[in-house]
Amino acid sequence: MFMSSDIATPGTTPERHIVQPGDAQHPIVLSTEDLHVFYGDKEALSEGDLKFARNQITALIGASGSGKSTFLRSLNRMNDRIATVKGRIMYRGVDINQPDIDVYEMRRRIGMVFQRPNPFAKSIYDNIAFALRLRGITAKNKLDEIVETSLRQAALWDQVKDELDKSALALSGGQAQRLCIARAIAVKPDVLLLDEPASALDPVSTSQLEDTLLKLKQHYTIIIVTHNMQQAARISEYTAFFNQGRVLEYDTTSQIFTNPQVQVTSDYVSGNFG
Amino acid sequence: MTKSPEQLEQELKRRSKAAKLEIWGRVVSFSALILIVAVVVAIIGFVASKGLATFTTNHVNLWDFLSGKNWNPSLTDAHGKPEVGALSMIVGSFLITVLSAIVATPFAIGTAVFMNEISPNRGAKILQPVTELLVGIPSVVYGFIGLSVVVPFTRSVFGGSGFGILSGTCVLFVMILPTVTSMSADALRAVPRYYREASLALGATQWQTIYKVVLRAATPGLMTAVVFGMARAFGEALAVQMVIGNAALMPQSLVDPAATLTSVLTTGIGNTVMGSLQNNALWSLALVLLLMSLVFNLIIRLIGRKGRLQ
Ligand SMILES: Nc1ncnc2c1ncn2[C@@H]1O[C@H](COP(=O)(O)OP(=O)(O)OP(=O)(O)O)[C@@H](O)[C@H]1O
Ligand SMILES: [Mg+2]
Repeated sequence: MFMSSDIATPGTTPERHIVQPGDAQHPIVLSTEDLHVFYGDKEALSEGDLKFARNQITALIGASGSGKSTFLRSLNRMNDRIATVKGRIMYRGVDINQPDIDVYEMRRRIGMVFQRPNPFAKSIYDNIAFALRLRGITAKNKLDEIVETSLRQAALWDQVKDELDKSALALSGGQAQRLCIARAIAVKPDVLLLDEPASALDPVSTSQLEDTLLKLKQHYTIIIVTHNMQQAARISEYTAFFNQGRVLEYDTTSQIFTNPQVQVTSDYVSGNFG
Repeated sequence: MTKSPEQLEQELKRRSKAAKLEIWGRVVSFSALILIVAVVVAIIGFVASKGLATFTTNHVNLWDFLSGKNWNPSLTDAHGKPEVGALSMIVGSFLITVLSAIVATPFAIGTAVFMNEISPNRGAKILQPVTELLVGIPSVVYGFIGLSVVVPFTRSVFGGSGFGILSGTCVLFVMILPTVTSMSADALRAVPRYYREASLALGATQWQTIYKVVLRAATPGLMTAVVFGMARAFGEALAVQMVIGNAALMPQSLVDPAATLTSVLTTGIGNTVMGSLQNNALWSLALVLLLMSLVFNLIIRLIGRKGRLQ
């Protein structure tokens, strides 16, 4: 069913195992080609070519320092000022890693949520309205409407609907992270990138967040970095395993966790790593 | 070879060398603290007792002092009262303080934004050392440059002597600029990086991020920087005295000779006899200065506290 590109000598496990995701309902929205990322002279990502299917959740897993964040941050060019990103990042047929791309327009389509909940020191309402106002949406009823739908989609509306004027800094960690998701989806992005969004949250908030992501999948293409393998198994369709700046294995999540092809992946998912 | 409880108790109770050292350290730092507090209290007490003597010993009316426009402590007016109206100096001081802060603030914040947000590399390499160097230049140098460059310039453009509020403002502007700039840069640096990332990831441009997020979050720090600059401008004596003209008159325009509390103090204090009215009147000016700097300090603290609460 999948095209796979194994590099293996007969009788041993392959060194890499990459499948092509997607099908007719889930066409490829975003892909990287020949991507290399350098911090100064140091190459932090050398083989990171992946394709992402629409309305699916793709999990990026791997040990600390393996290049997951580096990869993710390159996708919407948040690394522009920190790192040198070479190669092509194809978004619906357009290479967005070109100098003349308007990164601000692009980031409206490829939104990002960070590891640490980072609401602005503004009210809940203003946090969500921030990006909308930047785009010239100032009509009160329009803003009200988007704030409500975003908060509903992020499963936060019922908890905060009576205190939208309250400072966002007074929210709990889990609420703040869902506010950040609401803020990111308020501009109706196409792709949502999340870098360990649940790592600062307790189990209850984490499972609420996972429910939220599963619902958001209908509207968005989601790429999530996580250290929590159960989480990856619970919510994602595809999983990519990163190791030392390379993607070693990319397959359906069930394959990665039940029948990994690469020895290193197998060691990692079974906990015998390092 | 286990120790008996008695042995253990003795060992634990014995004053070890480390414990003695700690006590000694506490004594030293505590006495340093006491000394500093004593010095500060003594200074405030001394200035207050001298400054209040004008009103207690010499029976000058406090309101006359604060609202009178004539300053000439060695003369008496038609009613036989000494002319110790300090209003023109108070106005002069506030005028050059506020004006120099108004002019310096946009430059300082602009420079801070450039060296922190727009070009951090060049900022760190060039602007940082330059501002630090400028902070260290003694005020007499600024005054001297003001005297030989700014005053002739004002004279040729606006006529008159060239001495006055305008020249004073120019000199103070240059003097407080580095302080305000480096404090503003600190305030911007203290804005967490994740605020900027959050804004950029939402598709805000760099300018929108600076304007709507970074400057907003840094406002308490920036206000502190400006007030700090104002405190410095208000208290600066030497450089101002060299360019302001030292005429204790109500300033009619920015290019007429004027005076500030500090300039009158530095020019006058050597020419009076301790305990005389002339001398006491100067101490009263010093008291006003001291109170004002306490007010500036208070404002800085209030802003800081509000910023933390946010
Ligand atoms: N700003 C930076 N400057 C220089 N090197 C960096 C920078 N950020 C990351 N690196 C390096 O790039 C490599 C990959 O880091 P990255 O943050 O992408 O790893 P990660 O997989 O996200 O790890 P973690 O799970 O700990 O978040 C690491 O060796 C790291 O030291
Ligand atoms: Mg990371």
